Amino acid sequence: MNKLPQWADVVLVPLISLLLAALVAAIVLLAIGQSPSAALGIMVKGAFGSANGWGYTLYYTTSFIFTGLSVIVAFHAGLFNIGGEGQAQLGGLGVALVCLALPWPHWTVALLAATLGAALFGAAWAAVPAYLQAKRGSHIVITTIMFNYIASALIVYMLVDVLRPAGQMDPASARFPAGAKLPALSDMPLLREFFAKLNPDGTPKLTKAGVAMYSNVPANVTLFIALAACLVVWLLLWRTRLGYQIRAFGKSEAASKYAGINPVKITMIAMLISGGLAGMMAINNVMGSAERLLQNSAEGAGFIGIAVALMGRNHPFGVLLAALLFGFLYQGGAALGLNTTIPIEMRIVVQGLVILFTGALDQMVRMLLVWLFSFGRKAAA
Amino acid sequence: MDYETLMQILGSTVRLGTPLLLACLAGLFSERAGIFDIGLEGKMLAAAMAAGSVAAMSGSAWVGLLAGIGASMIFAMLHGVASITFRGNQLISGVALNFLSSGITVLVAQALFGQGGRTPPLDGAARFNPITLPFADSVKDVPLIGPLYEQVISGHSILVYAAVAFVPLTWWILYRTRFGLRLRAVGENPAAVDTAGVSVKGLRFAAVAITGVLCGVAGAYMATALQAGFGREMTAGRGYIALAALIFAKWRPWQALGATMLFGFFQALALRPDVVERIAQVKIPVSALDALPYILTVLVLAGFVGKAIPPRAGGEPYVKER
Repeated sequence: MNKLPQWADVVLVPLISLLLAALVAAIVLLAIGQSPSAALGIMVKGAFGSANGWGYTLYYTTSFIFTGLSVIVAFHAGLFNIGGEGQAQLGGLGVALVCLALPWPHWTVALLAATLGAALFGAAWAAVPAYLQAKRGSHIVITTIMFNYIASALIVYMLVDVLRPAGQMDPASARFPAGAKLPALSDMPLLREFFAKLNPDGTPKLTKAGVAMYSNVPANVTLFIALAACLVVWLLLWRTRLGYQIRAFGKSEAASKYAGINPVKITMIAMLISGGLAGMMAINNVMGSAERLLQNSAEGAGFIGIAVALMGRNHPFGVLLAALLFGFLYQGGAALGLNTTIPIEMRIVVQGLVILFTGALDQMVRMLLVWLFSFGRKAAA
Repeated sequence: MDYETLMQILGSTVRLGTPLLLACLAGLFSERAGIFDIGLEGKMLAAAMAAGSVAAMSGSAWVGLLAGIGASMIFAMLHGVASITFRGNQLISGVALNFLSSGITVLVAQALFGQGGRTPPLDGAARFNPITLPFADSVKDVPLIGPLYEQVISGHSILVYAAVAFVPLTWWILYRTRFGLRLRAVGENPAAVDTAGVSVKGLRFAAVAITGVLCGVAGAYMATALQAGFGREMTAGRGYIALAALIFAKWRPWQALGATMLFGFFQALALRPDVVERIAQVKIPVSALDALPYILTVLVLAGFVGKAIPPRAGGEPYVKER
């Protein structure tokens, strides 16, 4: 079979897959009697058209970076971790327990502790499927799916019977103390100017006391931790001995075993890192935005990590771009649900299509490109 | 627990276990042929939406059933094309199709009826109504056997009896027909089947098509028999429980009946926390019952309750030798 040039494999394959997904999504919209171009316009406006929109887009992006990174670390070890959703929910439990444990003096201290708690709980939830895969050969895909359901049952139990304050009706934990409140992007000096509220004539809106007003956005300081995580994961995978072992193990278990790599150890470590990253998502949504633990706190972000990882071609920087794309898709999809009669579920359709074309039909796209390239070669010859 | 309550719970066990059984048998065909299918959930959901919508529009549950099978079949063929023709990753394909189905069902139902992604409530001939078996009324006063017959065996829709009949039928197809032998062979060693001159792709597509039909029936049952109409995400993870049951049953039809009814029993118990509490004498959280099928499956997978060995060629695309 003819090989594609590397640039085509890295750039064209995901791009064509994305275009195909967009094309099918447009057909779906036409089929339900909506205009795809109008829908796209509303999505772009909703996600990038205002500072407030950016605030939400970046908030979603932050979550998806974590879950996307979680999926790629496991992917590189040849493991398909579908359990990001459950691990992120458990991460939320970790965050809640840490935040509610003490009246935190300052958010930096709380953030450090909560990050540890989130990573620890997420990793612990990944540990059992990892152990069963490594030691007993149980298929990690099935066990992680089962653990997603067990996680949501566990969270329901914790919220209803343990964490719910007396007298409260809805199943949720108590509010976190004020010391555990993370600064939003709109609370930070300099950055907040971007989120300044404007009068229709473009001048900054002022309070009666003459102080500038800022929109309150959910995107918070966690964004920078996510960006740092991209770099750390890249360093880990391509610049350390452990990363080399993880990738070698993922490429060929037999060869890596022959080279003296311990399969049980690598499976465990890769899954613990993967679970830890998924868990760390919770500092963004639970600590940074909701400020209490709610039922189904991850809201599907764990699953979107799969799409982000596939779209990002298994590379941390690809994940960053793909996470931004899905951040746009999520905020834009919310705008669709709000401003049009297109249900918000449209974004799940696009998510499914992206996974389908980038993850399962990638061979088809590649075959298509090889065929197209063969024309170029003939013309050159 | 008194006998009457037990019979009530067993009756709802049968009702709740039926969609699991149908989906489990569906998965059995696919996985025995070497195609992993974690998209059972999505196929059921698509079928439930199509069956609910068409039954509401046509007023006939049977037409709805056909529509459900058709919708499920489209998803099954997509999975076949991705994983057999283009040799894509079967797990990723399944995940993708589940999302696609989860979103598209709401979109279509909303576009058709504009009721927030639900279909209108069904009644009369648009539903598969309970059938009272002969003599159910006359024997119900007979001690022990009477209530058992009247509440557990009689009084279900025709799809329940069809699902139970599919169990011996599946067994017969798998173990007593040439097609079944080849189907099992293609899941264990496709190269041998190919050498014998039988089309691996053809067999796998046939298996995936059967999966589509059975998931279609399961979804139609959800929308037109168990409940009166389609609601968003109405399958609520049943496709995954069926997958769990399939592993629990070690990919065998009779064991699948046992496993799905056991998991159906847990679901029935989760609906009656009062009964559970009375028996256990301590407060058992409902979520513990919800999680039980999944925990059991993990234990089975871990090999603590007998080892579950999947078909050997499962999940791997077959590349024909040249």
